[in-house]
Amino acid sequence: MSTLARKKGVGAVIWDYLTTVDHKKIAILYLIAGGIFFLAGGVEALLIRIQLAVPNNDFVVGGLYNQILTMHGTTMIFLAAMPLVFAMMNAVVPIQIGARDVAFPFLNALGFWLFFFGGVFLNCSWFLGGAPDAGWTSYASLSLESPGHGIDFYVLGLQISGFGTLIGGINFLVTIVTMRAPGMTYMRMPLFTWTTFVASALILFAFPPLTVGLILMMMDRLFGGNFFDPAAGGNTIIWEHLFWIFGHPEVYILVLPAFGIFSEIFATFSKKRLFGYSSMVFATVLIGFLGFMVWAHHMFTAGLGPVANAIFAVATMAIAVPTGIKIFNWLFTMWGGNIRFTTPMLYAVAFIPSFVMGGVTGVMNAAAAADYQYHDSYFVVAHFHYVIVGGVVFGLLAGAHYWWPKMFGKMLSEKLGKVTFWLFFIGFHLTFFIQHFLGLMGMPRRVFTYLPGQGWETGNLISTIGAFFMATATVVLLINIVVTTVKGKKADADAWGDGRTLEWAVASPPPEYNFAQTPLVRGLDAYWIEKMEGRKGLTPAEPLGDIHMPNPSILPFIISLGLFIAAFGFMYHKQHSWSLFVGIAGLLITLGSMFLRSVIDDHGFHIHKEEILEAENKGVKA
Amino acid sequence: MKKWLLNWRLFSLFSVMALLLAGCGKPFLSTLQPAGEVAHMQYSLMLLSTAIMVLVIIVVTIIFVYVVIRFRQRKGEEKKIPKQVEGSHKLEIIWTVIPILLLIILAVPTVSATFKLADVKPMNKEKRDKNTVVVNVRANLYWWEFEYPDYGIITSQDLVVPTNQRVYFNLKSSDVKHSFWIPAVGGKMDTNTENKNQFWLEFDQKAADKAGGIFYGKCAELCGPSHALMDFKVKALPRKEFDQWVEKMKHAKPVVTDPVAKQGEEIFNKSCIGCHAVTPVDKRPEQARTAPNLANFGDRERIAGILDHTEANLKKWLKDPNSVKPGNKMAGTYGNLTDEQINALTKYLMSLKVE
Amino acid sequence: MHVEEKLTAETFPASPEKATLEGKNKFIGFWTFLGGETVMFASLFATFLALRDKTANGPTAEELFKMPLVFVATMLLLTSSLTSVYAMYHMKNFDFKKMQLWLGVTVLLGAGFLGLEIFEFNEYVHEGFKFSTSAFSSSFYTLVGTHGAHVTFGLLWILTLMIRNAKRGLNLYNAPKFYVASLYWHFIDVVWVFIFTVVYLMGMVG
Repeated sequence: MSTLARKKGVGAVIWDYLTTVDHKKIAILYLIAGGIFFLAGGVEALLIRIQLAVPNNDFVVGGLYNQILTMHGTTMIFLAAMPLVFAMMNAVVPIQIGARDVAFPFLNALGFWLFFFGGVFLNCSWFLGGAPDAGWTSYASLSLESPGHGIDFYVLGLQISGFGTLIGGINFLVTIVTMRAPGMTYMRMPLFTWTTFVASALILFAFPPLTVGLILMMMDRLFGGNFFDPAAGGNTIIWEHLFWIFGHPEVYILVLPAFGIFSEIFATFSKKRLFGYSSMVFATVLIGFLGFMVWAHHMFTAGLGPVANAIFAVATMAIAVPTGIKIFNWLFTMWGGNIRFTTPMLYAVAFIPSFVMGGVTGVMNAAAAADYQYHDSYFVVAHFHYVIVGGVVFGLLAGAHYWWPKMFGKMLSEKLGKVTFWLFFIGFHLTFFIQHFLGLMGMPRRVFTYLPGQGWETGNLISTIGAFFMATATVVLLINIVVTTVKGKKADADAWGDGRTLEWAVASPPPEYNFAQTPLVRGLDAYWIEKMEGRKGLTPAEPLGDIHMPNPSILPFIISLGLFIAAFGFMYHKQHSWSLFVGIAGLLITLGSMFLRSVIDDHGFHIHKEEILEAENKGVKA
Repeated sequence: MKKWLLNWRLFSLFSVMALLLAGCGKPFLSTLQPAGEVAHMQYSLMLLSTAIMVLVIIVVTIIFVYVVIRFRQRKGEEKKIPKQVEGSHKLEIIWTVIPILLLIILAVPTVSATFKLADVKPMNKEKRDKNTVVVNVRANLYWWEFEYPDYGIITSQDLVVPTNQRVYFNLKSSDVKHSFWIPAVGGKMDTNTENKNQFWLEFDQKAADKAGGIFYGKCAELCGPSHALMDFKVKALPRKEFDQWVEKMKHAKPVVTDPVAKQGEEIFNKSCIGCHAVTPVDKRPEQARTAPNLANFGDRERIAGILDHTEANLKKWLKDPNSVKPGNKMAGTYGNLTDEQINALTKYLMSLKVE
Repeated sequence: MHVEEKLTAETFPASPEKATLEGKNKFIGFWTFLGGETVMFASLFATFLALRDKTANGPTAEELFKMPLVFVATMLLLTSSLTSVYAMYHMKNFDFKKMQLWLGVTVLLGAGFLGLEIFEFNEYVHEGFKFSTSAFSSSFYTLVGTHGAHVTFGLLWILTLMIRNAKRGLNLYNAPKFYVASLYWHFIDVVWVFIFTVVYLMGMVG
């Protein structure tokens, strides 16, 4: 079968993406889906800020506001930030370690489709009687009280997309363990790969508690369980523990890859190797480890007692140390460098003061006794937006601009990119800085309105104005994408000219097989080493030969679709008894597809040497 | 010498910050204008942590600005390759050790304050001291009940406390989780559905005077559509006046003279008394107390916790509770009232006073 | 080594599950997956421990559990773990028939365990210990039931593998699959040891 240079119609392209197991195409799927959910979450954020712009506003009130607020948080964390992180990982990590593919291409696709159908399911709630309304944390007593099916959408949707994330995490762990090119030792891995590795390990250990929490809540809401009903002996604090044992590491799952992206960008645009590489790796691992020891700082006011509060306070403070190490290492990477302020670099540079702000308020929150004041106030809202937007979103925007040419073969416009950056940067600080003070002035979080005369009017108005800056920035980014897609400059392999890692040694976009010959890695910043020694390409580790590739498959899509159907079935089983059969049918679709996957042999196919030679030559000429 | 310098610097930093922050917010609501022992303890912890953190930010900012300006690419140097530095053990040790020291400076007072704030021994003594004031707080969907177990009285929405002494609280919820927060007086604590939380607060007389005798209380845990409107008020009185108030409450009974109010009483006894009590001594178990105690309704600060205390607002609330507090439990429990009936009820309710 | 190579007892590698890259990926991937499963069961155990005396007027553990039944079930499952070890031993020796035989025994023992568990649950329900009786009952059925679901899935999995490969014997494509399935079976067994201790023994002691 000839696989290269096929002409395709629209239908064929869609089919190609539905069945693809190629990590580069899956990255694009993640980017598009995550991007759309990011826009949805952003619109929700705007609605929130419009409602709060003035006191006693009645734009979106009460229950509807709570739905918007819940969906904003849930969407941004689970359906925007997570998949966008996975988009970066998929686009870059396999190439960075010199691999042709991930360890489990089929599971990689399955992970995406599970996430996708989970997200679609969750958002179906808007059209089927109302979205979840108990906050993204969905604390047990309120979420059991919540009428309608909103919370059921939350529980089942997150369960499905959570499986996808777990599968994705396992895939990257194994990929990084087994698929590294010859010479790519652990201590030669680029930092983005390292952070992906640690984040994947966190996913592996953090998502199961969420799974269990969601199972318990599903049992309580749909099948008569008593886990959180005090009248039958249940205990809602269990939900809080399970949620935060997941929820706190989740923050690091998101922010560690962002740290990795910044590490790449700082080194590239300072033209210097990363300062203190080994301490960076050490700090990453330490943050991952400590991330599991601190969950109860989200529960300081729940009444765990002073001993628990004190222990978790001190443990939380400890995380500031490895984070501080990272900040200084980045500063000293730039120190003595030759800094080029490209768009990605602007985000990276702006990230430092922004994230430091979020970090230090984190330490302030860690001081348990003082946190009794901050907790559940706008101070906390400000804090976590500084961390998540200042860290994760800046990281994703930086990464998107940085690797865009690698993913799509075209450069984004630097001019428009810088406009986006400045609008976003100003809007971000305008929105969230003032919220620290709103919180200290007594404003609780998650309020749909506030009365005049409490001193909160100015702050809220400023915050709303800031949100519109960020919205404008996003619009400019979209324009940038459209314009450059239509008539952008074609990108070289080493699109920025200063690439250090392996992904910049292959064409933009890379061929299906990534490397015609698996490279030999001779040190940290493998491509940089070759360039400094005056070589054009990489040193190959093998002779040119046939390349083994995995077969595409529609099964990941169908497995996920089955669960999507099953979730609807189980959700409505109390109203309609036949609905239970829909649920079982959905499960059978899933299990049946898994059965097919098990019994049909799949040995993949080979791309022949001649085809590769032809493609490589064409690439050189073009 | 050096220590003195450091102290002086810290002191001036503290005072500047305190000055800046004191301008923030209202004295009855802001955590930055502490009005009691707890809030003060938390405020000084805030100042200490802010000072340390500002120090960190300053150091980072200085290096940051220097680096970004000094090492940016200049014209004609596009091809220059800087020296590839691996790292520096000395520097790395410095920026590991200094943060650890700073954190220890913060951790010690944090731990000590955490334990102090959890000290509720006096309220749990076998025989409580006569001067110890204990309040059972019960949070309900959008209203608060305050029970004084030692005096046998119950009130709602307006918490009355003595100043300049520790007041102890039992906190729980009867439906979903809420959180009890009086920002100016001290941090919050959750009201859980399965257990009783305990903590204490102290209300400072001078600060109460400055705040006009009333502090604002908030629900700080998302609890449903009207979470934003689940406010309560705190009247902080000198101990003597507090004791007088307690005495009055113990013997309070509705006294109705006005004929219109009498009519209102009849309507009330038909439609409302099933949930609302009108005497502070309510012996029913808490499961039966499904609505706020109205014994001193006429003395309240607000209608439904949020509207100004006027007859017009009370009528508005009685006519359509959902337009005031979406999702409240009162709407639809008493049928449709005519305007006349509402007028009568209003007269009656406004006459319920102990002061 | 390559997946599609035809092998004999002599050329068959000592660790067929890790001989190919695909096999090695499966091997490591499955171990990591079991790490996640461990955390999941740990969360369920923690929930159970928090709720095990919250019986809300329903039956308590002491009233409910019957040692002989649970003991027999435990023995069945422990033995099935042992027989799956035999199966893997024969796999490494490239003795397909004996491997299938021992896998068959494993499946039978596992099915026996599952039958006893269903019988046990049925008894409990008749004694008024339903899923919605108390927090204790919910957490009991969820923990033990999740394990039961794992047993069921494991049985179906091993059966599928046995039937699918019945006619074509061992190769480097299916050897990792057999190996991983048996790994899963061991994991289920280990979880049961904890359930037996934490749920049943501690429950009966009180």
